[in-house]
Amino acid sequence: MFSSKGKIIATGGIIGILSALLVKFGNPVNMGVCVACFFRDIAGSLGLHRAAVVQYIRPEISGFILGAFLIAKVKGEFKPRGGSSPMIRFVLGFFLMIGALVFLGCPLRMILRLANGDLNAITGILGYTAGIWVGIQFLKKGFTLGKSTINANATGYTMPVFAVIILLLLIAAPTFIIFSESGPGSMAAPIVLALGAGLVIGAILQRTRLCTAGGFRDVILIKDFHYMYGLIGIFAFALIGNVIFNFEAINIGFVGQPIAHNNHLWNFLGMTLTGITAVLLGGCPLRQTILAGEGDGDAAITILGLITGAAFAHNFGLAASPAGVTTNGKIAVIIGIVIAIAIGYSVVTAVKRKTDKINKEGEVEVGI
Amino acid sequence: MAYNIVDARGRSCPEPVIMTKEALDIYKGETVEVKVDAMVAVENIKRYAGNLGFIVEVEESNNDYRLLIRK
Repeated sequence: MFSSKGKIIATGGIIGILSALLVKFGNPVNMGVCVACFFRDIAGSLGLHRAAVVQYIRPEISGFILGAFLIAKVKGEFKPRGGSSPMIRFVLGFFLMIGALVFLGCPLRMILRLANGDLNAITGILGYTAGIWVGIQFLKKGFTLGKSTINANATGYTMPVFAVIILLLLIAAPTFIIFSESGPGSMAAPIVLALGAGLVIGAILQRTRLCTAGGFRDVILIKDFHYMYGLIGIFAFALIGNVIFNFEAINIGFVGQPIAHNNHLWNFLGMTLTGITAVLLGGCPLRQTILAGEGDGDAAITILGLITGAAFAHNFGLAASPAGVTTNGKIAVIIGIVIAIAIGYSVVTAVKRKTDKINKEGEVEVGI
Repeated sequence: MAYNIVDARGRSCPEPVIMTKEALDIYKGETVEVKVDAMVAVENIKRYAGNLGFIVEVEESNNDYRLLIRK
């Protein structure tokens, strides 16, 4: 039997190897899996933004959702629930995506970029860690998104049905669905492979609960390295996978990295924004996708925030590109950090007021 | 006594662990009871309390879980 440490490293390992394989079979370099990029591509494919190079329905996303959905069903963990601060979650999801698209990748792609020699990912990791530290300060002061409650089945099935619909749209390819003819959106592993890899990743992540935000957060907050070992597994096996399958693409350094820029300040701040929002949301984009598959309506709202954020990022010229970060993008990151901190502060203040009131009325302290 | 009961049902990650941490930080020998409704919270709390040397007992009823934590 595997120990729990062995299991979580193996989980990361499978993700790392599959990511390298997806690149080998057609995905853009360092983008075997990137949850932010994939939702951005889907937003483009649905015509929500018109950036011609990043429009494709990524079947990996359907795989993550359906893999988590199926295994949760089998294990009796599929539970339609929701109602925990949906508006706040939407806004946080929106800005999480802005941060990720200024850095050019979700936290998972950040690890994959490092595993291919892109040292800009180190700047990103430092920024992500800083953001997570900021988020933790709010958690320590009582930050909460409140309780979710059991919902109707319709809530729980929303994202699994969405996953099936976009898969059908990909296969049927009606004229209103847009597919990039050049750029990253035109580079994709065959549908069956991408979907299969997505299903496997969705299922194992549902079982092991691995989360990139959780990895860093737990080390800082409770000195628990469990999820961090999973992240190290992703890095180590993506590195091994790249050496075996994509050796010619490995490029160590800061300059000329695939689908990346080397503006250190904004790589750092972009991931700071992603880190704060991911901690306040209780999970990174990958984890939110898995939770949505398990019937969590709050995670589904977060995903709608991510998709909307991606659409705005390209419509308003906020997303970075290998050419660098736009002025609009820089302003949006600053606005995002201010709003995320304001949300944290507002919730902590509300919790404190309620606790004070309860204590004053002579009752014992209870959760809000 | 009510002090030692933590109701973390409906809370999303990592709130159940933080609420448990707050209760264990002031542990004085009385069993701490934590209520949660998701398996992920059960696993995270078991791991957290286990690392601190606590014994965790889990009871399940109607999709809710009761964790009894003691030294």
